[in-house]
Amino acid sequence: MNFEEIVATIKQTIADDNVIVNIKSDVIQPFIELDANYLLPVCQLLFTHENLYFDYLTLVSGIDNGPEKDTMEVIYHLYSIPYEHSFIIKVTIPRHTNEPEKLPTIDSITPIWGGANWHEREAFDLLGIRFTSHPDLRRILMPNDWVGYPLRKDYQVQETYHGIKVAY
Amino acid sequence: MNQLELTDKSGQGGIVITKIDDLVNWARLSSIWPMGFGIACCAIEMMSAYASGYDLDRFGVIPRGSPRQSDVMIVAGTVTFKMADRIRRLYEQMAEPRYVISMGSCSNCGGPYWEHGYHVVKGVDRIIPVDVYVPGCPPRPEALIGGFLKLQEKIKEEHIVAPLALLRLMGKNV
Repeated sequence: MNFEEIVATIKQTIADDNVIVNIKSDVIQPFIELDANYLLPVCQLLFTHENLYFDYLTLVSGIDNGPEKDTMEVIYHLYSIPYEHSFIIKVTIPRHTNEPEKLPTIDSITPIWGGANWHEREAFDLLGIRFTSHPDLRRILMPNDWVGYPLRKDYQVQETYHGIKVAY
Repeated sequence: MNQLELTDKSGQGGIVITKIDDLVNWARLSSIWPMGFGIACCAIEMMSAYASGYDLDRFGVIPRGSPRQSDVMIVAGTVTFKMADRIRRLYEQMAEPRYVISMGSCSNCGGPYWEHGYHVVKGVDRIIPVDVYVPGCPPRPEALIGGFLKLQEKIKEEHIVAPLALLRLMGKNV
């Protein structure tokens, strides 16, 4: 199936105009942008539909668009091993720049693809995106007591860590 | 015909006169046992130096499986802050006299991570005292062997004396 057919199948099955926010097909890797509230049902459809059968989650990545735009993005690369077709989903979520206590939040897709577990932990560790109902949302690369999220555009590194100066 | 006895060949019964300093130093520098420990790509070169091509065994350098049996720690790789606590603990577990060889740019000074590496300790000498710095990214096995030779020179100069610093700490006037 090509990109247009996959999008048509989604539209056909979930007949709701709010689901797909944006479709970009004139690029090398076409993608659709979803409303964050519909991520789980669409992923469930992509996983279970007999003509789509996306059984392999290649990658989950996060992007920080910076404090000015005040958004973050999560991108899901999917692949179907039997059909050998792939698909990209993008979700934009509010960044909550002015409320540092409040993390950008999105549903976890770990219940559908177990492989998302560590990918989501990495996005949480480095960008501070909270994946609700993730079974084990801890830092994966940085130490547990690290302060801040290093890949954020406005990240300020801490002065010392356990008495060791961080800067050169 | 003058037949040599076995005892003559082995030199048994002979006497060697030396200083205790020289004897102990010779024993130490001839069997520098490193801890079997590597953190990044420098460890590949370190393993190569251990292996048959460069054969560090001929210097009496034999990697040990435990810090308690080791004389030297080769910090071969990038020291992250997460690893720093572990390195400090391993160093503390080593019996004295203990030495540290910092192998490669990362553990010398942070290497390519010096500016943007929020996760990298900018030099392992910020957490443990270093005796020999081996430059390179990564250093070739020859360079590591050179580091061991430098360490041998350092050990050669040591003296068996009362631990003055420790005695002063304990309030003794020495």
